[in-house]
Amino acid sequence: MDARTVLIDHLPALPEVLLLIGACALMIVDLYVRSERRNASFDLAQIVLLLCAASTLFVQWVDGTTRLYIFNGLFVSDVMSNLLKLASYVSVWATLVYSRQYLVDRGLLRGEFLTLLLFSLLGMMVMISANSFLTLYLGLELMSLCLYAMVALDRDSAVSTEAAMKYFVLGALSSGLLLYGMSMIYGATGTLSISEVAQRVSRIAATTDRSLLVFGLVFMVAGIAFKLGAAPFHMWIPDVYQGAPTAVTLAIGAAPKLAAFAMAVRLLVNGLLDLAQDWQQMLALLALLSMAIGNITAIAQSNIKRMLAYSTIAHMGFMLLGLLSGVVGGNLLSAADAYSTALFYVVVYVLMTLGAFGMLLYLSRKGFECENLDDLRGLNRRSPWFAFVMMVLMFSLAGLPPTAGFYAKLAVLSSAVQAGQLWLAVAAVILSLVGAFYYLRIVKLMYFDEPKEAGPVPGHREMRALLSVNGLILLILGVFPQPLMALCYIAINSL
Amino acid sequence: MLLSLAIWVPVVAGVLLLVLGERYARWIALAGSILGFLVTLPLYWNFDVSSSTMQFVEFARWIERFNVNYHLGVDGISMLFVLLNSFITVLVVIASWSQVDSRVAQYYAAFLVLSGMLNGVFEALDAVLFYVFFEGTLIPMFIIIGMWGGPNRVYASVKFFLYTLMGSLLMLVALLYLYGKSGGSFAILDWHRLPLPLGAQLLLFFGFLFAFAVKVPMWPVHTWLPDAHTEAPTAGSVVLAAILLKLGAYGFVRFSLPIMPDASRQLAWLMIALSVIAVVYIGFVALAQTDMKRLIAYSSISHMGLVTLGFFIFNAYGVEGGLVQMISHGFVSAALFLCVGVLYDRMHSRMIADYGGVVNSMPKFAGLMMLFAMANSGLPATSGFVGEFLVILGAMKTGFWLALLAASTMVLGAAYTLWMYKRVMFGPVANPQVAALKDLNGREVAVLGLLALAVLGMGVYPLPFTEVMHASVNELLRHVALPKI
Repeated sequence: MDARTVLIDHLPALPEVLLLIGACALMIVDLYVRSERRNASFDLAQIVLLLCAASTLFVQWVDGTTRLYIFNGLFVSDVMSNLLKLASYVSVWATLVYSRQYLVDRGLLRGEFLTLLLFSLLGMMVMISANSFLTLYLGLELMSLCLYAMVALDRDSAVSTEAAMKYFVLGALSSGLLLYGMSMIYGATGTLSISEVAQRVSRIAATTDRSLLVFGLVFMVAGIAFKLGAAPFHMWIPDVYQGAPTAVTLAIGAAPKLAAFAMAVRLLVNGLLDLAQDWQQMLALLALLSMAIGNITAIAQSNIKRMLAYSTIAHMGFMLLGLLSGVVGGNLLSAADAYSTALFYVVVYVLMTLGAFGMLLYLSRKGFECENLDDLRGLNRRSPWFAFVMMVLMFSLAGLPPTAGFYAKLAVLSSAVQAGQLWLAVAAVILSLVGAFYYLRIVKLMYFDEPKEAGPVPGHREMRALLSVNGLILLILGVFPQPLMALCYIAINSL
Repeated sequence: MLLSLAIWVPVVAGVLLLVLGERYARWIALAGSILGFLVTLPLYWNFDVSSSTMQFVEFARWIERFNVNYHLGVDGISMLFVLLNSFITVLVVIASWSQVDSRVAQYYAAFLVLSGMLNGVFEALDAVLFYVFFEGTLIPMFIIIGMWGGPNRVYASVKFFLYTLMGSLLMLVALLYLYGKSGGSFAILDWHRLPLPLGAQLLLFFGFLFAFAVKVPMWPVHTWLPDAHTEAPTAGSVVLAAILLKLGAYGFVRFSLPIMPDASRQLAWLMIALSVIAVVYIGFVALAQTDMKRLIAYSSISHMGLVTLGFFIFNAYGVEGGLVQMISHGFVSAALFLCVGVLYDRMHSRMIADYGGVVNSMPKFAGLMMLFAMANSGLPATSGFVGEFLVILGAMKTGFWLALLAASTMVLGAAYTLWMYKRVMFGPVANPQVAALKDLNGREVAVLGLLALAVLGMGVYPLPFTEVMHASVNELLRHVALPKI
């Protein structure tokens, strides 16, 4: 085998390789950067992301819809992995742009932030492309460790350090749960490869005792729920979201959800589809609890970051509605339909999260954190356009037409109803009515109340532009959701 | 093309207003609303009254993944509401010309976008499209009440929003259920032909009932309306009463009756009971009001009770009477809210007790309002009479006692409207401010005059309105009479 075939054979891992090289280069380059704004490092990070995006598109173009396994089946590349990776680049890039000024104002824009962000992205990409318990776990830990460190980036802040501590302890616990579940499944099937697990599980499930499999499954689902932030494994979310610097909250709240979704799909759908009857029931419970706890608790919050944290929990519950509706009575016919609605939901959710936290970063400035509901008071007087963008974001989160959030809700509800989960769907809409209240309160504050301070909102040009585009995308997707929906469908069909 | 224009001309005008800002905002709004009205006129001229099918149909693929289409069309039931809505929008723009001085562009933009979306609700033949417009109307109305409303505006706007959202979310589940049952179609007309077992029909009926009953509003889910009406700015109350309330009643004839005919017949007693309670009980409640806007709001609930009553007695008089009553109520309630607005602009009070003897200083106004008060009480030769008479006639076919209860609206309506009129207009001038009131200016005369013409025209010669409906209403009744189980 000459070098050329080795290269071609491992082409699907090109984005990961580039990102690894880029992140290492960034670490070195940053040592020589003196300026406060870190222009060189910042630009390098953006270039790395751009290269990754280009290479992922290239991989997609070369491979089409074929599914490729490399590194002895440890790593898989399919349309879903490419789509999720692209969404992660966009999300990390938006995180960079939104948080730049915020970090500069607080003296936090150090090389560490950029490097950790890129390494956490690498972890997500490994998770997204994992085809083995081992790869998946490595990716998960790489991502999580970077995120723990980022939460503690503002080391003089007691709140941040406390949040980082909580995040680390609970995160380690959940990784342990996941690992324990994996070891059970390994014990039952004798393999770590997810695609082989799938084959053996279908044999075991048909013939012998399944209790060991189900036992492992429970722990695995708990681990997944923890990473997604679904109740009752949601305890870390509010504290970490609130305690972390807003820029880091954005980094935790957006792209990692894509990776967590990929993890759920890889483990449950790719690996344990034959146990769908079992995990669907667990997910149904998680979904119901998440929607209830998230939406009801969010009402009582006066801190926006905390409110958005609870809203995340509720949204993850909604997303699970799509994941749990795939297999109806052992019938796989509508599985791709259902999982693609969940994928659509999670992508739209990440877009909304980016916008919402981006807005908080935009409204914060040196010596002032925009994190209480009152800080949004009268925004319409100060900046009608950004009040409008925020209104679009809030209505999208609430799931009202004509915004992308509506179609996301429509899609997952449709999956649930089609799967015969009528009462779960009714519960979901009633709880989303509860949710509409707190999103509406923000619109009310912006439009109906008098501002606390006068004058327009300052802010950087690139940030204003991206924030506007972010809001407009949600509006445009709210009118023409077909392209993204079709893309999600193709992605899930390639599984 | 015409139907799309009816939706998008006002919406584009609204967006344009937001982009251009305050300069010339009023004129752009006026031009947009008049243009929006003009493009709907050919719908009436070119309408084939002998056909019960959908006309001016437009079809385009929209969201293929869920088989959702941009499918528009109007029949004899929906066409008139598109015209009514576009007409009322023009009046609303003129009427608020000098009422609003803060953030004028946003104000008018909200009304124009709302107008386009309301047209969309009446024209949509695809359930998702319908739902998008149906729920989309909440956002501009929420902003209108909350930003330009009275002292208690925030409470009223949030209550309005959450109340109506609750109903429509349950409808969403019903729509998705039908989507599954029909094998993946959101076409409303396909659903009309879809056979459904009675159990499913009953379940669906309640799903839709919440959405539409809240919008109508029917007793006992009406409590958002008096608050919303009272706190909304005049123009907001006008659109709310004239058009938004019609969405619920329209939903019954477009969804509930044809899709769930067996459930509708089975539950007709319930609907009739709720309607009669609205007519009689809310009529008495209206009598007790001291705030003019609240009084008209309760009168709206009572009149809409007659509409739902007409729909669920399943004969041509009832259904047609209900539809005529909807249009007439659109004119009359709009006019009454505008009249209160005229007084409020001058005195900044809505309380009946603050007035008395207004006729002395505002004779022109008193004359016009007299006409609308009479129309509200259902006096023959006004539009109010036609619809009420038809519904009572229809009720008579069902039973004498039902007709008697329905007819009580004539008595109660006259009582609360004319009593209010008397207390406001006649009697001694107790308040020195009243003595100093200026009579209507040219713009107000124009707006109220147009409505007066409409009210009288429809009352004297209702044929142009009813002939449009005949074919569609007969087809609807024929369809409802057939079991679908």
